[in-house]
Amino acid sequence: MNLKMIGACLIALLTFAVTPAHSEDEGQRASTGGAQTLDDILARQKGLEVDESFRRENLGSSDNAQPASSSLGTLGGFSSSDIYRGIRYAEADIKVSNNSHAAEVLVQDGGMSWLLTREGNIRTFAGYGIGGIIIALAAFYFMRGRMTIEGGPSGQTIERFKSFERFGHWCLAGSFIMLACTGLLLLFGRSVIIPIFGHEANSAIATFSIWVHNNIAWVFMASLVAIFVMWVAHNIPSKLDLVWFAKGGGIIGNGHPSAKKFNGGQKLIFWMTIVLGTSVSMSGLSLLFPFEMPMFAKTFAMINTVLPAMGLPTELLPHEEMQLAHLWHAIVAITMIIAIIAHIYIGSVGMEGAFDAMGDGQVDLEWARQHHDLWVEEEQAKGSPIRQVGDVR
Amino acid sequence: MKTMLAAFAFTIAVSFGAYFVLDGMGFSSAEVQSAPSVRLD
Repeated sequence: MNLKMIGACLIALLTFAVTPAHSEDEGQRASTGGAQTLDDILARQKGLEVDESFRRENLGSSDNAQPASSSLGTLGGFSSSDIYRGIRYAEADIKVSNNSHAAEVLVQDGGMSWLLTREGNIRTFAGYGIGGIIIALAAFYFMRGRMTIEGGPSGQTIERFKSFERFGHWCLAGSFIMLACTGLLLLFGRSVIIPIFGHEANSAIATFSIWVHNNIAWVFMASLVAIFVMWVAHNIPSKLDLVWFAKGGGIIGNGHPSAKKFNGGQKLIFWMTIVLGTSVSMSGLSLLFPFEMPMFAKTFAMINTVLPAMGLPTELLPHEEMQLAHLWHAIVAITMIIAIIAHIYIGSVGMEGAFDAMGDGQVDLEWARQHHDLWVEEEQAKGSPIRQVGDVR
Repeated sequence: MKTMLAAFAFTIAVSFGAYFVLDGMGFSSAEVQSAPSVRLD
């Protein structure tokens, strides 16, 4: 009985699979005189993909022009509907008076999906991601407490970062924090600031935020390059990093895993910052110079070359480029914010002595031996000075 | 800490500099997107 049922189901499935849907579509299309069908409308209402080629490519033709003496002759083979479809799908030859080729696109329907994604998934990702990491770190702090220097500070210090390294770090950090704060103010303006403070307050905050965001971005990009040049040689992955991760950076088991100038976790933060920072900078530049630096169509074409199954669109309207750049910018930035909150935690309240490395550059020698033992050996072999706490520098 | 404060001051100074330089060079969207026959500001 069961076998018969399964067989019947398989036959039914195969029947559906081999049914020529195309010919059915064509039949329905013929019944509407080539216009859209009820199935098209229902599919669109359900948010399903609809093949628009039946009207995108139906733009009229001078070959079909009626004699000038007929009722439609003066249109030269192009009906009003044909001309509208040309405008609707950006196929018409539009001439505009300003400098922007984007203005030649009179109708573009990606705005709603961009808006809904921004107000939906992007805000949800930001809210849960940033809120989640803060709650997780607070829980970790109350369970584990602050990571202290075993045996206490030695009273001797060694220079961990030179002033130009700290300067570069704080340029990147300061600009990133301002970019993150202003970006979040812009993202949550309508949903949080307007209901609490009103439209006028949001207008002032948004105007301030976008000014800061647009202009401070240059410092972020320049210091990202500086950070890469300064530290890339110290951040090449090695076998030591695998041991570091296996021991959870010292949380699992006894003792601290060995590390040179940067441990596995710091290298992870470094490469995350470089890769995502570069990506967010590229999409940011695309947004800073609207319609001047489209990059998604070219990127999609490269991805399709490697992964043809992706089938990503390689012809995008200028506005689609901007919409994608904006969404990608937000996704990458929120991912960075989540990671950097963890970085700030471990570099401040999470670990005793860690902030000194970027504070005045001098770290306790015992802290350095516990977290970067191989680096301390290298520095001492070079003859780097050891100072007593309280020495006037 | 002096280095940190200096970096923040530098960041603010470069931001204002970027604004005045780029705006002065005609990089604002209003200027880039407009033409003599179209005024967007």
